[in-house]
Amino acid sequence: MTSPVQALSKSLTVNDNPYMKPMEWLSLALLAALILIVLPLLLDGFRLNLVGKYLTYAFVALGLVICWGYAGILSLGQGVFFGLGGYCMAMYLKLEASSPENTKIQSTPGIPDFMDWNQITSLPWFWKPFNSLPLTLILVVAVPVVFALVISAAMFKRRVGGTYFAIITQAIAAILTILIVGQQGYTGGINGITDLRTLHGWDIRTDSAHNILYFVNAGLLIGCILIAQYVKRSKLGRILVAMRDKEDRVRFSGYSVAGFKVFAFCLAAAFAAIGGAMFTLQVGFMSPSFVGIVPSIEMVIYAAVGGRLSLFGAVWGTLLVNWAKTSFSESFPDLWLFGLGALFIAVVLAFPNGLAGIWREQIEPRLTRRIGSLRAPDPAIAPHSAPAE
Amino acid sequence: MFGDYSLGDLGAIFAMQGFAGLILFSVYVLMALGLAIIFGQMGVINMAHGEFMILGAYMTYLCSSFFQAHLPSLFPAYFFLAMLIAFLTSGALGMLVEWGLIRFLYKRPLDTLLATWGLSLILQQAFRSIFGAREVGVELPSWLIGSVQVTDSIEVPINGLFVMAVTTLITVGVALLIYRSRFGQQVRAVMQNRAMAGAVGIDTEKVDRYTFGLGCGIAGVAGSAFTMIGSTGPTSGQLYIVDTFLIVVFGGAASLLGTIASAFSISQTQSTLEFFLSGSMAKVLTLLAVVGILMLRPQGLFTLKVRR
Repeated sequence: MTSPVQALSKSLTVNDNPYMKPMEWLSLALLAALILIVLPLLLDGFRLNLVGKYLTYAFVALGLVICWGYAGILSLGQGVFFGLGGYCMAMYLKLEASSPENTKIQSTPGIPDFMDWNQITSLPWFWKPFNSLPLTLILVVAVPVVFALVISAAMFKRRVGGTYFAIITQAIAAILTILIVGQQGYTGGINGITDLRTLHGWDIRTDSAHNILYFVNAGLLIGCILIAQYVKRSKLGRILVAMRDKEDRVRFSGYSVAGFKVFAFCLAAAFAAIGGAMFTLQVGFMSPSFVGIVPSIEMVIYAAVGGRLSLFGAVWGTLLVNWAKTSFSESFPDLWLFGLGALFIAVVLAFPNGLAGIWREQIEPRLTRRIGSLRAPDPAIAPHSAPAE
Repeated sequence: MFGDYSLGDLGAIFAMQGFAGLILFSVYVLMALGLAIIFGQMGVINMAHGEFMILGAYMTYLCSSFFQAHLPSLFPAYFFLAMLIAFLTSGALGMLVEWGLIRFLYKRPLDTLLATWGLSLILQQAFRSIFGAREVGVELPSWLIGSVQVTDSIEVPINGLFVMAVTTLITVGVALLIYRSRFGQQVRAVMQNRAMAGAVGIDTEKVDRYTFGLGCGIAGVAGSAFTMIGSTGPTSGQLYIVDTFLIVVFGGAASLLGTIASAFSISQTQSTLEFFLSGSMAKVLTLLAVVGILMLRPQGLFTLKVRR
């Protein structure tokens, strides 16, 4: 822990805006160790798959850190993008599971079973692209991002923001849920798309597949953290923060505020979509219950508990809230909603910066002092004040 | 799609659907009025608004059970007392919430949203623990059951008429209170310029508390009226929160007239579409239209001309 950090910090003293500060490398190493080594060693297959499911929510929380924490855009519709990504994946898997041999008892073989139950006799046009895996992988990200682009461009160009944006995104989440539930023949209705079997011939239901998918998911999550970190540290990230704090000043300085906001929102949508697709692969189904208002706002609380300004905090927050949810609902199902509600209120009133805030204020100064006393005092690193956060 | 119906039938269908739309309109107006005060005037997003409504509905349910068991002779008139109780309980809880939670968050609207969502979860679970997870319905007094035959093919349910009458009364009352009373003047003054209102001697904190309480109280009355036409469950409030917010935003915040106009257009569109399409598609199309219009015209239907 000491030598790479020290070597790195030495090399970074020349650059006053490094990609990551030493403490952030440490956080990354801790997180990677937890999800790549500790949890797989400690947990059995079922629990590990559960953690994998939680980690897919962490993608959404990560996007919210950029979109809400840094750019100040609260979206209550992240479930839409999570769901769209997940549904795109599920449609591919469902088509593969509904090969003519598998579905020969249906009146129209070769189409998904729920279509057959709803007297639909041919594959609808919007299902056709999902016959191809490469196209599906593109659409998993492209569909939610284009959707996010349309929504956010329309609104931010007209300078709609803040609470209005939150309400509109929430309404969109509600609309999409009603649409999916109502159009049972095309979407699988309230049950969602279930009974998914193989990914390009690879059975995703076995234990080994679950394990492999867990590591793919964890790897993707760390990749997304690195991308988000890049955005956060870049000039773009600075502009996002400036925009959040004084939008007009940024506008009068000649920046296109709408463009930056659209970017932040689309990035968050892309992260959510990747999470959704990984969710479908690991859990084996996708349903409207991950699209609507309730899951969308719950994902906001993950980011809030972790700390709306901390990328790593978002992942810790997601894991912690979900772990609490699972253990509470197993033993005291009635208490969970009280707990969750109290968590919302406590996070807002008492800990607006979440776990990361507690870490930054309580633990990190001590840690820095400890590390600092081990080596020669280094004035460039010792005062650890996060700029503009 | 009109081929199967004669002209007279179509007229009757439109009249009946129009009337169904009017009942929906009344419910929407009642729900949105409280929110228009809280969100439109104060700028506070109260995600627990639906739960305040449900609190009013449960109060009405308790009242009806109490009258049935102990005062059956007064049962026909219980509803008026129930509405008063609903107003007072929801209003009192609203003032308590303002005091304990909202007043710390006036500068952070997005955080208010999260905190009140937490509150709504707590209230939902409280309702579930106290009243059970099953939906409850109230017994209507006999004079509210049945319908008025207008022509051979058009008939109008009495409870719907009653809800409409209640809505009209409350709307007029709120409009008088906001635009004609001293309290309303203070509310508008505080919302337009808090510092200046304080400087001329208005107790802004008190005004905030009473305004929030008033909005929540009206939500309680809305819930009470709602029991006339539907049953109540712990999570019923959440079903309406999106519609209600859209109505207020669509109408243009800070405008009571706008709220009423938008509730009217949304409810009429939805109930007319419902006849031709499935209920879910009617809802989807209506909401999509509203969201679409809001994207093009974010200020809503009516705007208040204020120098900011």
